[in-house]
Amino acid sequence: MTMHTPQVSARRAVAALDAPTSRGFRERAFAGLLFAATIVGVLVLAVLLVDVVVDGVGRLRPEFLGRYASRFPDRTGIRAGLTGSLSLLVLVALVAFPLGVGAAIYLEEFAPDNRFTRLMEANIANLAGVPSVVYGLLGAAVFVYILQMGRSLISGALTLSLLVLPVVIVAGREALRAVPRGIRDGGLALGATPWQVTARQVLPAALPGIMTGVILALSRAVGETAPVLLVGALFSRRASNEPWSVLESFSALPVEIFNFVSRPQEAFKVEVASAAILVLLALLLVMNSVAILLRNRFQRRW
Amino acid sequence: MERTAVPAPVPAPPAEVLRVRHEGSVAPVPDPAEALAVFDVRDLSVCYGDRPAIRDVTMQIRQGEITALIGPSGCGKSTLLRSFNRMNDLIPSARVEGTLRYYGQDLYARDVDPVVVRRRIGMVFQKPNPFPKSIYDNVAFGPKVNGMDVDLDGLVETSLRRAALWDEVRTKLTASAYSLSGGQQQRLCIARAIAVNPDVILMDEPCSALDPIATARIEDLMRELQESYTIVIVTHNMQQAARVSDRTAFITTEVDSDAGDHRSGRLVEFDRTEQIFRNPQHSRTEDYVTGRFG
Repeated sequence: MTMHTPQVSARRAVAALDAPTSRGFRERAFAGLLFAATIVGVLVLAVLLVDVVVDGVGRLRPEFLGRYASRFPDRTGIRAGLTGSLSLLVLVALVAFPLGVGAAIYLEEFAPDNRFTRLMEANIANLAGVPSVVYGLLGAAVFVYILQMGRSLISGALTLSLLVLPVVIVAGREALRAVPRGIRDGGLALGATPWQVTARQVLPAALPGIMTGVILALSRAVGETAPVLLVGALFSRRASNEPWSVLESFSALPVEIFNFVSRPQEAFKVEVASAAILVLLALLLVMNSVAILLRNRFQRRW
Repeated sequence: MERTAVPAPVPAPPAEVLRVRHEGSVAPVPDPAEALAVFDVRDLSVCYGDRPAIRDVTMQIRQGEITALIGPSGCGKSTLLRSFNRMNDLIPSARVEGTLRYYGQDLYARDVDPVVVRRRIGMVFQKPNPFPKSIYDNVAFGPKVNGMDVDLDGLVETSLRRAALWDEVRTKLTASAYSLSGGQQQRLCIARAIAVNPDVILMDEPCSALDPIATARIEDLMRELQESYTIVIVTHNMQQAARVSDRTAFITTEVDSDAGDHRSGRLVEFDRTEQIFRNPQHSRTEDYVTGRFG
């Protein structure tokens, strides 16, 4: 056994720190792989975005937003899709918000803990995973044919509402669950009824979270193509249809984009379609920004 | 102090009071013979599922006194306290056996509305739990939901004064309650409880989240509130029980050999506070209050 003087130990220690080890190399290589995995997604998205902007920005003029579709690329526009999508947005919000939040409040605050409640919860969770085409078929069958609403705006709005309802319910329940138990107990201990506590304390406290979830769900609805196609969204509408009712035919931005892309002319296929995509992206970006803003503005205060 | 806006609590509400939903304030005639016992607890057990948390409690809580419930963690003292204003109703599996009379009236009778019970019997919780609203709205919430036809501004001020918080918040009533310190938040919760003019205030370890200075303020406040309210306090802190309470109940856990060796709480001794601390009758009480156990 050799005795180590302090100097020797110190030298060894320094040498050990300097030595390049295989472990250090492997760690760095692994981190590099993870970084690559991250960057691939972002890069592809960036390339797509740049491509769309380069192709479409030349056609983004006010007239493009204000005109109905035309056979000529220079005279065409997305007015039908834009007004249709915005109308869908409002109608879906009007239907899905009260239904979804109502269901969330019931399940979170009032439902007894029994088999029926658990069955409904499992159902809702599963519905959130059903493909949107299936909702489209359901909407076509129920609203368009059985309820005789035809291929109308309201059929599309109700179909999309069904599509986002599970998402709204789940988001609403999470927001309600985040409100601490103490707030409910505090209200009830003052002699408030469960309903008063829910309406005046719990719901207001949960509202920013609920709104964030609802807006994200709506932005999903706005981007959906398959369901609105299946309930019969048209490519365009005649200008003479204005002003229009919810029982009339409608269009939506994704449907118009789909149509532009399937045309033979380059000008439509590339430039006009890209311009429409930019408008749709801008709309989604605005909605998501509002959602994030709401979330940050009303960060949990407890 | 403007004691007039909050009338002194009524000693003995008539039997019908609890049976009426959202009753306005009543001024019953005090009956000197009955007036002493606010809560008459007989053989009370509270179970969660089939497991009793506390068993066979018999005690009387007297009007105008501060009664402390002390005992080790998990002995069921909070459970007992929460049965006094039917907060245990909110836990689906909770079940109450035995009788609990409030001024002679069975609190768990079928036709008694727990909402009305909680209006008469206020509660302050372990962790300050103000609503995420303004200071003013926190105090005004109770009177509003109870449909009290009063001058809200005056009632808010009186309640905050009585909770010894007015001078600190008078210039920022519209500020969020969360801008207050922990001790101030707890006094706000007390003000909120006072605002609905209850008969009894239940306090569930109200100082456990507070520093010693804030604790001393709450204890002073309890002494002042005692003039108008009956107070029942659960506390971990034996010195606190000794300082503030008139009567002390010592509760501890016992193994039930008849219930699968599950532990549940028992009331060991209930007496005047100085008796409990100076001359306890049971050795377990003595062990606990002298710090040899728990």
